[in-house]
Amino acid sequence: MLLDLSKIFGKPKNSKDVAKERLKLVLIHDRANVSPQFLEMLKSEIIKVITNYMDVDESALEIQLTRTKSDDGESVVPALYANIPIKNIRNSGK
Amino acid sequence: MSEVIVITSGKGGVGKTTTTANIGTGLALSGKKTVLIDTDIGLRNLDVVMGLENRIVYDLVDVVEGNCRVKQALIKDKRFEGLYLLPAAQTRDKTAVAPQQMMKLCDELREEFDYILIDCPAGIEQGFKNAIAGADKAIVVTTPEVSAVRDADRIIGLLEANEIRNPKLLINRMRVDMVKRGDMMSIDDIIDILAIGLIGVVPDDEKIVVSTNRGEPAITDERSLAGQAYRNVVRRIKGEDVPFMTFDTEQGFMTKLKKLFGLKAN
Repeated sequence: MLLDLSKIFGKPKNSKDVAKERLKLVLIHDRANVSPQFLEMLKSEIIKVITNYMDVDESALEIQLTRTKSDDGESVVPALYANIPIKNIRNSGK
Repeated sequence: MSEVIVITSGKGGVGKTTTTANIGTGLALSGKKTVLIDTDIGLRNLDVVMGLENRIVYDLVDVVEGNCRVKQALIKDKRFEGLYLLPAAQTRDKTAVAPQQMMKLCDELREEFDYILIDCPAGIEQGFKNAIAGADKAIVVTTPEVSAVRDADRIIGLLEANEIRNPKLLINRMRVDMVKRGDMMSIDDIIDILAIGLIGVVPDDEKIVVSTNRGEPAITDERSLAGQAYRNVVRRIKGEDVPFMTFDTEQGFMTKLKKLFGLKAN
């Protein structure tokens, strides 16, 4: 309830949420110790393959290198996250 | 079965030295023979935090250069049975020691001690490389601030690149009042970002300043909240499963009233 009210009155976000958001963004860059060109190349290759099967929103495609807990929860493993909005799936499946 | 644990953080001033002093004292108090190594050559401080600054004869550089035997450089803490300090040199720099020398030193100390704690300098250069060279495990100290968490993340990456697996996180200077009003990242927020296991949460406590003034580790203070948190960390290092403190202080009248009227979301 408190959250909804603060939204209506346009109350500024908690400073810790701002901190967390900023940190998450800066860490994406810190962790991806690969060049932006590398990510761009990866992105265009992924688009090339995936457009054979479906229409995707290329401008909204997000790709990032990050880390996540492994399945056993014991260690941290690198992970590649891709967020690919689909516009339409082709019928032929080719 | 001795363990070499490096206490590191990347960022300076987050409490590595205080943490090393308190955990080391706690381990010794629990009957484990423990040595603390200050690897911050040129900016040594573990000696003053421990209150042992007047007893230094030889230091880490003297040991690796062979000017003395390891045993001659170890300062025995007379207050705590089984606690020793190997101080850093103050008039040299980080290049006076090499990682291979640290590995050799740690192996030598393993024969004598149950726990070898290494106080790492800030930064990711030579001093850091020396500090982690002989370590089996790592404790990463951070505070709930963007700068400290960012640097901790970098350190975690470097530790894993150097094959020190599963570093554990110690969150220092936590302020429950600020977390409650949304002005400080919570334990969960920080764990969510760094994705590593937690070994302890130490509340912001004036008693740390007082105990550092006196050169007496806060872990010996029964009434200190930070001391209690460090006692829990020591038990976890020794393999005990200890629940995390909540630091919840007694709820005030207004808080209870607000809760009654559903004004507080949590």
